[in-house]
Amino acid sequence: MTRSFLTGTRGELLGVGVLALLVLLVLPLSLDVFRLNLVGKYLTYAFVAVGLVLCWGSAGILSLGQGIFFGLGGYCMAMFLKLEASNPEATKIQSTPGIPDFMDWNQLTSLPWFWEPFHSLTFSLAAVVLVPSALAFVIGVAMFKRRVGGVYFAIITQAIAAILTILIVGQQGYTGGINGITDLRTLKGWDIRTDEAKLVLYFVNAALLLGCILLCLAVRRSKLGRILVALRDKEDRVRFSGYDVANFKTFVFCLAAALAGVGGAMFTLQVGFMSPSFVGIVPSIELVIYCAVGGRLSLLGAVYGTLLVNWAKTSFSESFPELWLFAMGALFIGVVMAFPNGLAGLFQTHVVPRLDRLRGRGLPPVPGPTRMAAE
Amino acid sequence: MSSDDIRKDSHDALRRKLLLGMAALPAAAMMPRLAFAQAPATAAINTTGLAVTDSTVKVGILHSVTGTMSISETGSVEAEKLAIQQINEMGGVLGRKIEFIQEDGASDWPTFAEKSRKLLVNDKVAAVFGCWTSASRKAVLPVFEQYNGMLYYPTFYEGLEQSKNVIYTGQEATQQILAGLDWVFKEKGAKSFYLIGSDYIWPRTSNKIARKHIEKNGFKVAGEEYFPLGHTQFNSVINKIKLTKPDVIYAIVVGGSNVAFYKQLKAAGIDLKKQTLMTISVTEDEMLGIGGENIAGAYACMKYFQSLDNPNNKAFVEAFKKMWGADSVIGDVTQAAYLGPWLWKLTVEKAGSFDIDKVAAASPGIEFKGAPEGYVRIHENHHLWSKTRIGLAKADGQFDVIHETAELMEPDPFPKGYQ
Repeated sequence: MTRSFLTGTRGELLGVGVLALLVLLVLPLSLDVFRLNLVGKYLTYAFVAVGLVLCWGSAGILSLGQGIFFGLGGYCMAMFLKLEASNPEATKIQSTPGIPDFMDWNQLTSLPWFWEPFHSLTFSLAAVVLVPSALAFVIGVAMFKRRVGGVYFAIITQAIAAILTILIVGQQGYTGGINGITDLRTLKGWDIRTDEAKLVLYFVNAALLLGCILLCLAVRRSKLGRILVALRDKEDRVRFSGYDVANFKTFVFCLAAALAGVGGAMFTLQVGFMSPSFVGIVPSIELVIYCAVGGRLSLLGAVYGTLLVNWAKTSFSESFPELWLFAMGALFIGVVMAFPNGLAGLFQTHVVPRLDRLRGRGLPPVPGPTRMAAE
Repeated sequence: MSSDDIRKDSHDALRRKLLLGMAALPAAAMMPRLAFAQAPATAAINTTGLAVTDSTVKVGILHSVTGTMSISETGSVEAEKLAIQQINEMGGVLGRKIEFIQEDGASDWPTFAEKSRKLLVNDKVAAVFGCWTSASRKAVLPVFEQYNGMLYYPTFYEGLEQSKNVIYTGQEATQQILAGLDWVFKEKGAKSFYLIGSDYIWPRTSNKIARKHIEKNGFKVAGEEYFPLGHTQFNSVINKIKLTKPDVIYAIVVGGSNVAFYKQLKAAGIDLKKQTLMTISVTEDEMLGIGGENIAGAYACMKYFQSLDNPNNKAFVEAFKKMWGADSVIGDVTQAAYLGPWLWKLTVEKAGSFDIDKVAAASPGIEFKGAPEGYVRIHENHHLWSKTRIGLAKADGQFDVIHETAELMEPDPFPKGYQ
C-alpha cells in the first residue's frame, strides 16, 4: 500500500481524535438520553472488540470466549451494587434482611464468604480488572505453555464460556441464576437510574474507551506489538529467535480480558443489571462478529463495527420485529463476502486514496514515516 | 409492525356504523351531547403526556418473537392482538382506538430491558402487555418502576414479587400448587412424592412450596431433583423413581426438556395411567411438542384449559381460531395474556383516566366477567383471584377438566409459612 498521511502514528491519533469528536460531542448533541444510553451500551461492547483486535488481529489468538471476561467484570460490579441495594431497610420483608433478594428466595441465611469483600468499592473496582485477567492468565498459561493454539484454543475458550454459564445458572443461590443480578439502584448513594446519571456514565464510559484505545495503540507501537505481529505470522521463527512465545500470548490475552472486564462493569452501571446471557457462547461469538465487521486489524474499525452492528440490530428489530434476524444475517454475510477486512478495509481502499488526492492537490507529497505500520 | 390489519377491520366496522348511522341520522342529531360525553377531552384523561390523542391510544406488546422463547410467547402475542381488535370493535377505550407498537424481546433479557425503555420513554405507551419468563420480567421491572409504566404480565410464576407497576394476570405459585396437591391427597390417597424440576427460580420456588405443603400434611417427599434447562437425559432420575416408587411424580420440567422427559418415562415402562404424575408446567402448547400419546394420563394443574366448557371460552376459542388459524392451540398463558388488554380497558374506564398512577390505584377490585376462564378479579396485591383446575391429559393433545376449586383462590405472592 502506498504511504498516506492517514497511516502511521499521526494518522492513528487523527482517527482517535475523530472518534472522540463523534462520541463526546456529535452523538451527545444529536441524540436524546434514551438513544445516548443505548450508544453507551454499545460502546461497552467496543471494549471487548478493541481487546479482540489486539488479541486476534495483532497476535492471531482467536478467543470465542470473551463473554466470560465481559461477564466477570460485569458481575463484580453488579455484586457491589447489589449489596448496596440490599441494605436491611430495603429488604425488611425477607426472612433474612440485609442479603440480596435472590439469596433469600434460595433459603440462604447469611452472605456467602466470597460476597463479603464486595462491600468495598475499591475492592470491587480492582476485581473488575483483576478477576478477568487472573482467569485469562490461568487459561493462557495452561494453553499457551502447552502450545495449544488456533482452532483448538478457540474451541476451549468456547467450552469455558459454556461451563461458566452453567455454573452461574446452577448456583442460583449464590449468583442469581438465570435471572442474573437485577434491580441495582445506587453507587455510593448516587442513583444510577436517573437521566443525569446516565449522561455522566456515558461520558465516563466514552472517556475510558478512548483511554483503552490509546493504550492499545501504544502496545501495538511498542516492540511488544511487533513481536505479537511476528508470532501471528510465523510463530516458530519467533520462538527460534529466543523469545518465549507463551508469555507474550498470555500477556495480550490477559490485557484483552481486562479490557472486556472494564466493558462489563460499565455495562452493568449503564444497563442496571447483569445476567448469564452475556457470558455464554452466543454473546461471545457476537463480540467476535462486531470485531470482524469493523475489521479485525483496526482498533478504531472495531469500535465502528460494534456501533454499526448494534445500531442495525436495534433499528431493524424496532421496524421488523418478526424478520429482523434475517436482515442481521444478510448484513453479516454481505460484509464477510464483500469486505473481508471489514469497515476498516473499506476505509483503507476507498476513502484514504481519495482523501490523499484531495490533500495532494494543495500540498507537495510528504514522504511518509519510515516505521512500519502494524498492519 | 403496524396495526394495519386491525385498522382496516375497524375501518370496515366504521363504515358499517356510518351506514347504520345515516339511517339513524334524525335520532343522532337529537343527542349530540351524549356522543360528546362518550369521548372525554384528552387533556382531562391524560395529564402525564402519554401517547393518547383525541381518537387513539398507543400501547406496547413486548414478547420474544425470535429466539428460543418465541414458541411459547407467540401465543401470548396472538391473544393480545385478538383482545385489542375486539376492544376496538367495541369502540376502544374511553372512545379511543387502541394502536399497538410491537417490539421483539428476542429471548434475551437485556433486549427486553432496552425495548421496554424504548416503549416507555420514546413511544410513551399507556400500557405494555408482555414478558414471559421471570428473567425477562426481572429485567424490565426496574424500568417500569423508574419511568412509571404499566405492565400486564401473563405467565404463571413463582411469586415473591409485587409492584405498583405490574398486574400479574397469571397465577402465582400457591394458586397453582396448593389446591392441586390437596386434590391428590384426597382423591388419590397419595402419601409420597417425588419432586422434579428444571433448574431455575420458578421450579425451585414452586417445589419449595409443594414440599412444605406435603410435609405440613404429614406426607413424605421421597426425592427432589433439578436439571439444567434444555437437559435431555432423565434416565437416572427415572431409575430412582422406579426404586422409590412414589405415589406421585410432581414434575416442573420446562420447555424442550419436556419432550425427552415424557418419552423416556414411557420408554422406561412407567405407565401414566397407573403411576400418578402431576405437572404445573405442561399446557396445550407444550403438549404439541411432547405428543399427546406420550403424556396421556398425566394431571396438569392450571387455571385454564382450552376445553373449558363455558360460553365465554367457546366464543374466545372460536375468535382465536378465526384470527390465527383453525390449528391454533390455546394454553393457560395464552388465555392469561388475553386478559391483559381487557383488564386494562376496564381499569382505565373505572379510573376515567389513562394516567398510570390512577390506573394502578383503580386496579384492585376490577372484575372481568367475560374472561374465558370465568370470572376473575384483581386483588389488592395486583394478582388475580382465579380458580385452580385439574386437567387429565388426553392423547389428542387436549385436557379433560376433571376438577375445579369451588371458590376463587386468593393470590398470595409472599405466602407465610411456605418460605
